[in-house]
Formats: sequence, structure tokens, C-alpha cells
Amino acid sequence: MSNLMPINDTITAQAASSLSLMYITRNLWRLALALLALGALAPAGAAYDGARLYAANCAACHGSNGTGGVGVPIALPDFLAQAGDDYLRKTIRLGRPGRVMPAFTKLSDAEVNAIVRHLRSWQTVPAAPVPRVGRGDAGNGARLYASHCASCHGAHGEGGHGTGVTFSRPRDLPVLPPALNNPGFLAAAPDAMIKAVLEHGRANTPMTSFRKAGLSDRNLDDLVAHVRSLGKTGADAGVKPAKDEPAVLTRISNNGMKDTLDRLKGAIAGANMTLIRVAPFDEGIAEKGRENPQRMAVDACDFTLVNQALSIDPRIGLFLPCRITLVEEAGKVRVMAINPKRLSALFNNAELDDLCEKMHAVYVEILEESTL
Amino acid sequence: MKRAWLLAVVWLWAAPVAAEDLIMVRAPLGFSDAMNVLQQSARDHGYEVARVQRVDVGLKSRGYNTAEYRLAYLARGKELDAIAAAHPELLPYLPLKIVLFAEGDSSLAVTLNPEALGQLFPNTDLRLPLRRWEADLRSILEQFAQSP
Repeated sequence: MSNLMPINDTITAQAASSLSLMYITRNLWRLALALLALGALAPAGAAYDGARLYAANCAACHGSNGTGGVGVPIALPDFLAQAGDDYLRKTIRLGRPGRVMPAFTKLSDAEVNAIVRHLRSWQTVPAAPVPRVGRGDAGNGARLYASHCASCHGAHGEGGHGTGVTFSRPRDLPVLPPALNNPGFLAAAPDAMIKAVLEHGRANTPMTSFRKAGLSDRNLDDLVAHVRSLGKTGADAGVKPAKDEPAVLTRISNNGMKDTLDRLKGAIAGANMTLIRVAPFDEGIAEKGRENPQRMAVDACDFTLVNQALSIDPRIGLFLPCRITLVEEAGKVRVMAINPKRLSALFNNAELDDLCEKMHAVYVEILEESTL
Repeated sequence: MKRAWLLAVVWLWAAPVAAEDLIMVRAPLGFSDAMNVLQQSARDHGYEVARVQRVDVGLKSRGYNTAEYRLAYLARGKELDAIAAAHPELLPYLPLKIVLFAEGDSSLAVTLNPEALGQLFPNTDLRLPLRRWEADLRSILEQFAQSP
């Protein structure tokens, strides 16, 4: 737009700009005070807008009305009746390491409270009575857990598979059994809440009442003691650290672009992947016919692996397709791919780690074979 | 001295907090409308939608059941060219990509926060473009999420 501005207008605009700068400089005190006042007021204002905060931070996964999706449903009457405000607050703050739900560490206390109040607006039944929890026998709890809970929650409380999988994908259960060994869950859930869930179950989920199933009050205390012990014996719930992994997997080919591309196609076929596309990197962006032939992108796919990956995390598309990028410089070709192991760490989904190691191995094999 | 202190206060107030690694939004739109709105939003922000990859079509053609699932690549031509020349190591992460998938009556869009790429590529001269891309992607996705 500025190229189209007449000269006089440009001069006027420059003068106005200088004046504005002088004005801002002279009034720096007032500007600073105004900004500080705004900063001081912001959290207080935000505290009253839980719906807006929920929409901005939670709705993408949990649904606009808390009915669930990538995240678990929140607007379940029994869940809201059993979960105290402190449980909700800690869950928002701590998340579930390795289970998609992130830790919202940057929200202020006022903002977290506002979100909790918004969740409470969906509550249709009064808070459940808080049961008294006696000292349980974790050993007996372990035996009860193996026969009553492990089939859904996993032998070590690792929870159901496919956490974070959208409702649009085939899934075994409407609500995935939570990981009871997760440090985020154990820090958020008090014993009384765990016992209340065991006692009453949760309507519209596979969790049934174990009291009705015949367990005694003491049995429930034993189970609570065992669940509490899962945090000490459970598998590492977090994602594997990947700070030492390079962001990009790179190999150098001493052959030209054409030879390297031919070898790459062979390597992709050798890895049992379907070749989707070989095209200039800037195809669709540069003017047609003026793409840079020294930068190429080769897309391939293992559809079985993609289907498996989507059963673990719907955000996996950020890894897709399997793309190898080639850049020709000074007679050599740099052959590159993303490093799935490094990228996986950004997803907070421990289930992705194994798959990403597999993808990493496939990439390395393809890169090495194409640059031999 | 007083002015320097004030500038520091103003800068600290205005400095963005560290961002999350993925940006994800939901729009109350069926998938085909969502795809149109997303592409329009990208164009409104000066980006070319270079290509849309139909992952769902590929999966269905091989017998896998899936809802709509597509990848949209977007970039500004000259900017991409300049970054590619200066930082070829960044190319595997470019063009910018938004994943769009259906969930019932609504659609979800997710993208890698370019600021998170700053952790992977700590070159100081990438800081500004990554920050700009983050602002653009947030704005594109916000416009998408607020569509009627």
C-alpha cells in the first residue's frame, strides 16, 4: 500500500509519525502508568470471564459444552458431583504428564478459579457426600485391583490406550479409563474422591459402583491404599526427554539431485512406503514454472502406520506425511527429515514415544540408503 | 536513568509470556465449511495455501475408517524463499502446516507453534520470523474459530 501513497501524503505521514513518537516519549510516564494499571486490572477482569477462558484454553479438546472430544467429557453429572474445586484446580495446573492434558502453568490463580466456576455452571446434581477413608491394606487392595480394575485401568494403573483420540475415530470406550498412576492425577485426587468414585461409580461411563458389586467399605479403603501406592511403583508417566536429539535428521549425498532422488525413491520402496509425490519444495507457492529445482520435497506414506498413529493422537498430522526434503548446494545434496523423537516431546503423549522411535528408525534407514 | 527504568517496566509488561508448543482451536463448522473458512483466513493474512493433503482420502482408499482429516500448507512466497536460502535446515518444518479434522458437527485445527521451533533452532536471527509466524497463525486460527 505504501508504494501507492502520493509523495505529499508520505511526507505528511512521516511528520505525523515523528510527532507521535515525540508525544509518546514526552508522555512515557503516563503511558507506563496506564499500562501498569491495565496490567493490574487484567487478572481481576479475567476472573469473571470463565466462559471466555474455557473457550480459549479448554474447548478445543473438551468440547464447547464440556461434552468431550480429544479430551475427556467434563460435563458429566457424576464427575462434577464427585470432583471438588481443588481437584479441578490442580488438574488444570498440573495436567496429566504424558497423557495429552497439558499443565496450564501460565494461567493466574484468578483465571483458574474462573474456569472452575464455569465448569460448575454445568453441574446438575449436588456435590456427592464425602466418604470417610480408613487406613487400607494396600496388599489386599492390589489383589482386588487385579481382579476388578486392571482390565480397564491397566495392570499398573497406566490407563486406557489412545488418550486424546477424537470421538471421530473408532474407539473402544466412550470415556477412556484414566491413568491412576499418573502423577498429575495422584496429586489432584484426594483419597475421599477416589473412594467416592469406587463407591458410586459414574453414570454414562464404564465405571460401575463397586459397592453394588459387593465390595465392603474396608475393601474400598484397601483399593484406595493400593491406588495411592501406584505413584511409587507405576511406570514413568511422562514423555521421554528429547533435548539431546537433533531437530532434523540429515545426511549428505555426494551425488547430484537427480541421482539422489532416484536412490531416495528406491529407499522409500524398500521401506514398504507408498510414494505420494515428488515436487519442488516451493510448488504451489512460487509462480508456476519458476520453482527452484535445487530444493525438492518427496512425500511418502505408510498408511498402516498413519492409521495406527491416529489411534494414538489426532494431532499426529503435524508429522505427516513422511517427507524428505532435499537441498542441492555446491554439487552435494543435503537430505533431511524432521526428527520424530524430538518432535514427539512437544505432544505430551507418552504413547507416541514408541511410534516415534519406529518412525525415527525408518527415516534414518531411508536417509542412509539414499545417500550411500 | 528514570526513562530507562520506565522503558524496562513497559517492555516487561508488554513482553509475551512463553507459549505452548501446539496451538489448537475448535470451530463450530462442518468440515467442508471449515476448510473454506481456514483457507480464506490464511489468505486474509497474506498467506498462499500451497497445497491441501487429503490424508482421509488416502486412508479410506486403503480400507481404513476415518473422519475428514487434511493438512493445509501455507506460506508467503518471498519470505519462504529467503528463509530457505538462509536456513535450509529449517525446511523439513516448512511450509507452515495446519492440520484440520472433523469431530462431529465441529472441526478442529492444530498447528505447531512456531515459537516452539525456536527451541529446536536457537538461531537468534530466526527469533523474529518465528514470533511473527506465531502471531499470524494465532490470528488465522482465531478468525477460523470465531466463524459463525
